[in-house]
Amino acid sequence: MNSLKQIFPKGDLIAFAILAVLLAVVFPLAMDVFRLNLVGKYLTYAFVALGLVLCWGYGGILSLGQGIFFGLGGYCMAMFLKLEASSPENTAIQSTPGIPDFMDWNQLTELPWFWEPFHSLSFTIIAVMLVPTVFAFFIGLAMFKRRVGGVYFAIITQAIAAILTILIIGQQGYTGGVNGITDLRTFLGWDIRTDSAKVILYFVNLVLLFTCLVIAQIIRKNKLGRILVAMRGREERVRFSGYDVANFKIFVFCIGALFAALGGAMFTLQVGFMSPTFVGIVPSIEMVILCAVGGRLSIFGAIYGALLVNFAKTSFSESFPELWLFAMGALFISVVLFFPNGLASVYQDHIVPRFKKRFKKQGKPVAVKPRVQTAKNQPNTTEKTDDVLTGGTL
Amino acid sequence: MFSDYTANELTAIFAMQGFAGLILFSVLVLMALGLAIIFGQMGVINMAHGEFMILGAYITYLTSNVFAEYLPGLFDGYFFVAMILAFITTFLLGMLVEWGLIRFLYKRPLDTLLATWGLSLILQQIYRSVFGAREVGVSLPDWMMGSYALTDIIEVPINGIFVMLLTVTIAIGVYWLMYRSGWGRQVRAVVQNRPMASAVGINTEKVDRVTFGLGCGIAGIAGSAFTMIGSTGPTSGQLYIVDTFLVVVFGGAQSLLGTIASAFTISQAQSTMEFFLSGSMAKVLTLLFVVGILMLRPQGLFAMKIRH
Repeated sequence: MNSLKQIFPKGDLIAFAILAVLLAVVFPLAMDVFRLNLVGKYLTYAFVALGLVLCWGYGGILSLGQGIFFGLGGYCMAMFLKLEASSPENTAIQSTPGIPDFMDWNQLTELPWFWEPFHSLSFTIIAVMLVPTVFAFFIGLAMFKRRVGGVYFAIITQAIAAILTILIIGQQGYTGGVNGITDLRTFLGWDIRTDSAKVILYFVNLVLLFTCLVIAQIIRKNKLGRILVAMRGREERVRFSGYDVANFKIFVFCIGALFAALGGAMFTLQVGFMSPTFVGIVPSIEMVILCAVGGRLSIFGAIYGALLVNFAKTSFSESFPELWLFAMGALFISVVLFFPNGLASVYQDHIVPRFKKRFKKQGKPVAVKPRVQTAKNQPNTTEKTDDVLTGGTL
Repeated sequence: MFSDYTANELTAIFAMQGFAGLILFSVLVLMALGLAIIFGQMGVINMAHGEFMILGAYITYLTSNVFAEYLPGLFDGYFFVAMILAFITTFLLGMLVEWGLIRFLYKRPLDTLLATWGLSLILQQIYRSVFGAREVGVSLPDWMMGSYALTDIIEVPINGIFVMLLTVTIAIGVYWLMYRSGWGRQVRAVVQNRPMASAVGINTEKVDRVTFGLGCGIAGIAGSAFTMIGSTGPTSGQLYIVDTFLVVVFGGAQSLLGTIASAFTISQAQSTMEFFLSGSMAKVLTLLFVVGILMLRPQGLFAMKIRH
């Protein structure tokens, strides 16, 4: 077991502190409740991006189906809130009081069996975490044990995202169809639509996000993280060294799913609805983009990426709706072409060295750098080694 | 679900739905053939493939308008002109994209996915700005309308037969090009061993560019065929991209025969089930079936044994 100092080296602690000050002090002071709620919404995507850093950046597993897990987590939470919102008193005008309104519109007369347990909050919280993780476990089990990876894995997860979206839209009576589950009001009698509730939820969201960040940091600084990186570079060698590669992949994929699900549940709580538009192919790819823009190797980059891209999206699509898709497309292309490791690599390669020049005493070489060099100097580098570029502190 | 129908009716239903599925089959095959070349041979994940198809559809729409306006006498034949124009436009655009974008990314296949996704967003917005957000449809020439009555209850749409013949021709053409022509041999050589192919004097860059262009060109023809089954909008292509990837992967990425067989299976399963279930459930079941098979047999139906 690594000591605390190894898991949280000085540079990372500073990064944690900067992020914490920015999110917990600067934003709440500088913004009104509406904007703060928006930031909270963006940060729910940061959960997904964080999971993708582990899966994709470290493990080399590109999942184009993170929307599945985001959606499952979000829907579990939405089902609980919806049941609370459709108490018999609230829905007295329906032909069957006590069931959600969209079920009544679709001529359902009783609550379907899989909705029943969502009356309980403890069940809901367990379901939010367990349903997506178990689902990811089975997908991972089926795929990684058969050594399906890379592009094929990406396409199949994408297909599953498509299936789930079509299913949710098609089964209108059970899921609310294309509109999703809307009109969510209270959480155990506490109105989540008020300003004070929004601020409190923002901080709950932050606490969860930092918990996930710490988990991610522990994973990546442990032996597990190094095995993941090794697996991404030379899967066969890790396998021949006696590790069961599939189990590591399944584990990290499940962690990614769990993070995404937490993000989804917090999304539902903060935004007040859940719909299939956050489940399908397009949102899933957008989540990958957040991660790519921030830096697929940096857990902090993922969060800044999620914030920046979504800020840009909101402000651009408010003022120039026509240009937004152009800008977004150009962003993807340029990030992939010029900054494969995202903003974090820009920071790492251009800003950090200048700081170091200025403050010579901190100029200790980063431990990972030499390893990168050897990887690059090997004569028969495969495609994967390009990604090993920055494995530094950030 | 079958008990409500007599055996005779069931045969007729299956036959009719089968023929209705043929157009879907044709579009899928043409899309998938292009993608099989790009993805199966070159390993590039082209998420903008649907947008190339839609470009072909828009070209067909423009050609039909031009013919209706200036050459009404020749309207019967516009489709052939449209097809050729669609091919040429998408072929050239494909080469341009390869030159400007794809060639930098051959070593990072997963990144081609992101970059081409960005490209597809840009193309969609261009279509929206140029053609408007509303979907457009083309009018077919008279001889393609109507249907041919096989028996008194089974009718076959004529445009379906036409598209079907077109698909067969193109599939044979692609097969000949890839496996019988000298150029196809070069493509396969580059795929199997790039440095060695280059050492024996093959211009690998040119081969890559033309291969990518060809894949996109076939998608353009698919777009022409697409105008017969649906109206064309800026985002219509996106709906097909997952299906197409599944077709290619399901068939075994490097096998053209597998691509055709899997396109047939998927389109027929979908079309037949659509009659008995709702459209969305038919789609869900088809996709689940394909994903299930792929989990059992990840290499696809017709995998070739190759060394990596």
